Amino acid sequence: MNGRNLAIAAAIVALAAVPYVIGEPYYVNVASQILLYAIFALGLNVLVGYAGLVSLGHAGLFGVASYVVASVLAAGFGHAVAIAAALSIGLLFTAGFAALSLRATGISFIMITLALGEILWGLAYRWISLTNGDNGISVTSRPMPFGIALGSANAFYDMTLVIFLAAVGVSAIFVRSPFGATLCGTRDQARRMNALGYHVWMIRFGAFIFSGLLTCVAGILFVYYNKFISPQTLALTASAEALLMVISGGAGTLLGPIVGAGLVVIMKNVVSAYIVRWNFMLGAIFVAIVVLMPEGLVPGAVRLFRSAGRAMSRTKPAPEPTP
Amino acid sequence: MTALAVTALTKSFGGLRVNTGVNLSVEEGERRLIIGPNGAGKTTLFNLITGELRPDSGSIRLFDRDVTAVASRKRAHLGMARTYQIITLFPHDTILRNAMLALLGLSPLRWNPWAALHRQSHLVDEAHAALARVGLDRIANRPLAETSYGEKRRVEIAMALAQNPKVLLLDEPFAGLSVDERRDVRQLLVTIPRDVTIVMIEHDMDTALDLADRITLLHFGEVIVEGTRAEVVAAPRTREVYLGD
Repeated sequence: MNGRNLAIAAAIVALAAVPYVIGEPYYVNVASQILLYAIFALGLNVLVGYAGLVSLGHAGLFGVASYVVASVLAAGFGHAVAIAAALSIGLLFTAGFAALSLRATGISFIMITLALGEILWGLAYRWISLTNGDNGISVTSRPMPFGIALGSANAFYDMTLVIFLAAVGVSAIFVRSPFGATLCGTRDQARRMNALGYHVWMIRFGAFIFSGLLTCVAGILFVYYNKFISPQTLALTASAEALLMVISGGAGTLLGPIVGAGLVVIMKNVVSAYIVRWNFMLGAIFVAIVVLMPEGLVPGAVRLFRSAGRAMSRTKPAPEPTP
Repeated sequence: MTALAVTALTKSFGGLRVNTGVNLSVEEGERRLIIGPNGAGKTTLFNLITGELRPDSGSIRLFDRDVTAVASRKRAHLGMARTYQIITLFPHDTILRNAMLALLGLSPLRWNPWAALHRQSHLVDEAHAALARVGLDRIANRPLAETSYGEKRRVEIAMALAQNPKVLLLDEPFAGLSVDERRDVRQLLVTIPRDVTIVMIEHDMDTALDLADRITLLHFGEVIVEGTRAEVVAAPRTREVYLGD
C-alpha cells in the first residue's frame, strides 16, 4: 500500500470515527451537513472548476430534488418512489437548465443560470397549491435502507458518509478519465477542442448532467436531514453560498470543495452561536482567502507548504567550498 | 485527385467583404502557399475551409465530398487538421497531454468517463511518437507553460500531424520564430510525407517559397494571381500588391 492509499484509508477511518469522537448529536448533525453540502459543492465544482462555467442557479436544482421528495411523500408514496422521482425529475430540470444556459458562456452563462434559479425560487414561493408557499412542506420520516433506522444523528451521519464517499470516488474517477480531460480542454481552449474534432456543446451538456446528479443527491439528503423544505433553500444566497464553498476551497480540485463546505457550514452553524454577525466573519474570511490564496484554500496551502519547504532547504548551511 | 476544392467562396463581416468569389483547387499531395498583405483574408479563408466560419455563398469540397454544411468538428474526422497563427494550446497541461488530446479527439474513447486516461498505453505511445516526429519527445512531460515559443509552434504542428490528416492547414507556422527555430520547423515540414496535402499561409517568403509547389496571392479577399513559384514571383501584379515595388 503506497502513501496515497494509506492517507485515503486513514481519512475514511477518521471520518467514520467522527460521531464517536464528538459524541454530541448537535455536532454530529453539523458534520452530516458538512458532508451533504460537500456533495453539493463537488457537483457544482464539475461545472465551475472543470468546465469553467460558473453557475449561480444550482440551489434551484438542489431545491427541486428536495421538493420532489417532500411532495411525493406528502402524496402518500414510499421513500423509494420519492427518491427515484427526485432523481429523475431533478435530472430533467438539469437537462432543461443546461439546454437553456449552454447557449452562452462567461458572464451570460452566469446570468442565465441566475435567472433560471430565480424562476424556480419564485415558483416554490408562489405556486402555493404545489409547494405550500412560504410554509414549506414537512417530511415526517426518514427512509430505512436495508432495515436500518436513520432517525438518530449517528445513523444519519453514517449513511451520509457512505454516499459522500461514493460521490468523492465517482468524482475522482471522472476527473482522471478521458471525458474529464476533454472537459478541462473545453474550459482552457474551446476553439481548439472543436478543431480537434470534439463536440464542445455535448461535452458541456454531459458535465452539466453529472453536476446536476450530484446536486440532486445532495438535495435529497438535505430534505431528509432537515425533514422540511421551504423556498429559502432555493434562494440566490443558497446558490452563492455553494459557489463560495467551491471557490474558497479551490475550484478544479477534489479536496477544495469539501474543505470549502466545511468552512461555510461551520461558520453558519457553530461560529454563529458565538458571533451574532457571523456573516461578516464569513465575508472577512473570504476576502482574506481572495487576498492571500486567490486559487483557494487547498491549492493555496499546497503552494505555501512547498515554498516553506524550499525556504527550509535554502537556510541549511552551504557546504564549505573546497580549495 | 483534387484534395481541396473551394468554389466562389464569399464572406462578409457587415459591409466588409473579406473573401470575394475565392476559387482554390489543391491537388492531392500538393504544397500550396497562400500569400497576401495583412487583411487580404487569408486566415478568414482558413476559418471558412475548416468550418469555424460559415460562408455567405460558395462551396468547399474535400476529396469530392461537399463539406460546406458539415460542422467544423466533423471536418476533423474527415481528415482536416489545422494550426493557428496565434498559439492555441492547453497551457495548464504537459506537452504529452496536449498531444494526447489531439489523438483523443478522433477516438471514441473521448466520451469515456470512467477509464483512467494515463493508463491508455496505446494513446500514450502514439502521443510520444507524434512528439518524437517534431523532436519534442525528450521534454514530453514538461508543462506547456514552461516551453519556448518555438517549442509551442512545434507542439501545434505535432498535434495536427498526430491526427493523421489528409489535408493540413498551416496558418503562419514560422510567425515569431528565431532564425534557428525557423530552420527547424522548415526541416520538419519538408519531412511530412506526400500523402498529406498542405495548404500554408506564410509571410516569410525566404523560408516558405521553396516549400511550395504552387502559390496563390490574395488581395482584398480576391485571388489576384495563382501559379507556380516562378510564375507568381514574376507576375507584375505580385510586385504591385505584395512585394511592394
